[in-house]
Amino acid sequence: MASAFLRREARRLGSLTASGTLKALTGSPWPQSAIHQTQELPAFGSRTISTQIVRNRMKSVKSIQKITKAMKMVASSKLRAIQIKTENSRGLWQPFTALIRDVPGISVKKNVFLIVTSDKGLCGGINSTSVKISKTFAKLESGPEKEPKYIVLGEKGKSILQRDSSKDISLSVGEMQKNPINFTQVSMLVDDILKNVEFDAVRIIFNRFQSIVSFVPTVSTILSAEVAEKESEAGGTLGDLDSYEIEGSETKAEVLQNLSEFHIVCALFNACLESSCSEQGARMSAMDSSSRNAGEMLDRLTLSYNRTRQASITTELSEIISGAAALTG
Amino acid sequence: MLGRRALCSLLRPSVSSVRVGGSGAVAGRRGFADNTPATATDAAHQDFITAWKKVAPNMEPPKTPLTFMKPRPVVPGSIPTKLTINFVLPYQVELSSKEVDMVIVPATTGQMGILPGHVATIAELKPGLLSVHEGSDVNKYFVSSGFAFIHANSYTDIIAVEAVPLDKIDREQVQKGLAEYTQKLSSASTDLERAEAQIGIEFHSTLNASLSG
Repeated sequence: MASAFLRREARRLGSLTASGTLKALTGSPWPQSAIHQTQELPAFGSRTISTQIVRNRMKSVKSIQKITKAMKMVASSKLRAIQIKTENSRGLWQPFTALIRDVPGISVKKNVFLIVTSDKGLCGGINSTSVKISKTFAKLESGPEKEPKYIVLGEKGKSILQRDSSKDISLSVGEMQKNPINFTQVSMLVDDILKNVEFDAVRIIFNRFQSIVSFVPTVSTILSAEVAEKESEAGGTLGDLDSYEIEGSETKAEVLQNLSEFHIVCALFNACLESSCSEQGARMSAMDSSSRNAGEMLDRLTLSYNRTRQASITTELSEIISGAAALTG
Repeated sequence: MLGRRALCSLLRPSVSSVRVGGSGAVAGRRGFADNTPATATDAAHQDFITAWKKVAPNMEPPKTPLTFMKPRPVVPGSIPTKLTINFVLPYQVELSSKEVDMVIVPATTGQMGILPGHVATIAELKPGLLSVHEGSDVNKYFVSSGFAFIHANSYTDIIAVEAVPLDKIDREQVQKGLAEYTQKLSSASTDLERAEAQIGIEFHSTLNASLSG
């Protein structure tokens, strides 16, 4: 990509320099054909304009490099802050998984996929990975009387999903990251979801933060109270749930209902934190590679700038000297 | 479930220490192998992976929380001597895999004591006093609502939305809050205000009782 840009630059340079300097430039790495594909040559003596163009280009690339470096610093500082919170919240969903194992392959009628994505872009491919996984899940669970529904957290996921499954999106939430994520906010969100969406099983799809360079797509399956009760009575994977006594004044169904709601809130809280951690980490690495690319581009532009400058100086000198030689001898 | 703001107003102005160190044990390195004792889950998981591969052969199947969890021990034959508890909050892991003698949790039916060998139970918690007894020292916390799971292998998980060690709570603030909510109840006009005032009174009186008890 950089070489195509340079070829274009060479074409523009070629159109402005005199034909004599073209011979000097052919020693450069650009192919001769690129230079000869020029438009008509301008008047003699218009040499300073070419260096001007390259200089402008260099200025813009340098500012891009500064911006991406700054974005990387911002992302790394945000990551540090949120990483502590994420690690602390990791203990939250473990008791639930110990009690009600996680069965991703469970097949129920009403599937709801809760995708956690980011609001802002420039963070690599994590959002598209999550959406791809949820679409594959929907295909996996598709069949007669099974309609998948999507709940999207984050603007990026919404825009990706809207392209082909906009009718399946039942709820979309934006601006989650405006204030730091806290438990109350997530519980209110889940309250909202439970009121509006009916489901048998909700699958939370997010990117788990393993390290600054590795984000693992993870899916957390949570069953609604009725399905959990049915499965536990049927035995199998959730069989031990039946063996647990319920301590409380309410019936088993009510306790299971509260349990499932609490489970969703805890899992979603952890998922949101992990997802924003992954977003900052992905943005860090994306900005890092883009500032490195900008640096390389800057190097190549500097080389071409120097060559153009030296070529024009050589031309001037040669003209002066040949003129002087013509006069004297 | 009561939120954070209610408890925050009662904390003494002193800075509470951030307990991050303890979280390393549970939240840090986790084994990747899924060697939980239930073979039924493994089979179900394998079915899921094969089904996934059929639909999307080029995509890696997503991981599930089971891969990221330390496996729990199997149910032992005899009653173990100590109870292992995990006490987690959304913002930190208070206690992880701590061996204690007894735990008293504020279940909805009243204070419930948990000893090693307790039958497997799911208990819903109401705001109240939680005390952890280890030998001769007792740690007391005031918890807002949550859940307590007692597994058959004498592992207890306590999940609460908020928990504060008792010595961090300011007694005068509690009294002030109680008076304030009693006054609000008498001046309440709508059902909503009455309900809020009642919740406030119940909460503050429980706090008061646990501070003195």
